[in-house]
Amino acid sequence: MFRTADMLEIFQQYRGDAIVVPGRGGRHWVPLSTQPSRDAPVGDPAMGGHASFACGLALAQPEKKVIVFDSEGDLLMNLGILPTIAEQAPKNFYHFLLDNECYATTGGQPVPNAKNVAYDVMARGAGYPRAFAFEQLEDFANNIQAILGQPGPVLVAMKVFPEIENEPIGRRQRWQTRNREQVVQDLRTELGLTG
Amino acid sequence: MAEAQEAELSPEIVLEEMKKNGVTHVVWLPDSETNWLYLLMQAEPSLHLVPVSREGLAFSMAAGLFVGGKTPIILIQNTGLMESGDSLRGWGLGLNIPVVLMVGYRGWTRHGITQDTAATYTERFLHAFGINYYLVESSADAPRISVAFAEAKKTRRPVAVLVGDEYHGFNR
Repeated sequence: MFRTADMLEIFQQYRGDAIVVPGRGGRHWVPLSTQPSRDAPVGDPAMGGHASFACGLALAQPEKKVIVFDSEGDLLMNLGILPTIAEQAPKNFYHFLLDNECYATTGGQPVPNAKNVAYDVMARGAGYPRAFAFEQLEDFANNIQAILGQPGPVLVAMKVFPEIENEPIGRRQRWQTRNREQVVQDLRTELGLTG
Repeated sequence: MAEAQEAELSPEIVLEEMKKNGVTHVVWLPDSETNWLYLLMQAEPSLHLVPVSREGLAFSMAAGLFVGGKTPIILIQNTGLMESGDSLRGWGLGLNIPVVLMVGYRGWTRHGITQDTAATYTERFLHAFGINYYLVESSADAPRISVAFAEAKKTRRPVAVLVGDEYHGFNR
């Protein structure tokens, strides 16, 4: 396992001008990002939707790379998105999965069969042409450039340390610096869209 | 004869409404009310079909398409709409997505009392989420689809079109 923040620091070097949907990695990504107007840190509008949201973005903007940091809890809630992504096959879509084996924001309860699910195998079985799994940060660092250099869709499953929160939601420190409406508006402006 | 045709909802007319309103992507999960429309949509080069396997995914997918500059429409059944509540709340309403939902109104009837609880709860569900809706039963109602598009754009909210034509028209 490795730390999400460490992984994102490495990823940042290879981000280029990709659109990033930081998903569950938002709290670490927002302070790191050098192009916030190309980010979509929408928080958690409804669990299970990050990958499909990012897939929609990728289909709408086929000339731009779209990178999402999904989580295993989100994906398990909507596994059916895997064949949809595989069928649509957006070449600009890069699906990173933060697998901490638990529901960290609710206190760390394990997801079903937490230690024995192979998400890269699931993705391949659903039709993704490429999928990877990393448990060591060094392996991730050695492969990230090559992964982003090839067309998608691709799934990259990563074992990350859980960052368990037990503080009541109302007392948790917010990491968002913009509300969702502003995030959407900023990204659309960056993409040259009006209205 | 003409009256009988008018009483049905023509999928050709629905497709024209989509094209007139600039729809680029149809995010959908098949239902009995819209089967005929599927064949027409497949043959229409200006439409990109995005099939999903659970209706809640349609809302997050449509949100991404809209944020990226496209004009999606969601095509699902009322049963799936009810399954999608949290996604409609978070991705549709939460991100101010101006999207039209064409919802197959399973169980809808003007005659007698419906025995299908899917119909019983459909409008109550939409009321609960504050989603405005328009009933479309026949081709004569089709202009309401454009009204829904205009309202979604103006209010930056999802707007529903309930397709109350289960037993003829699309399903012939």
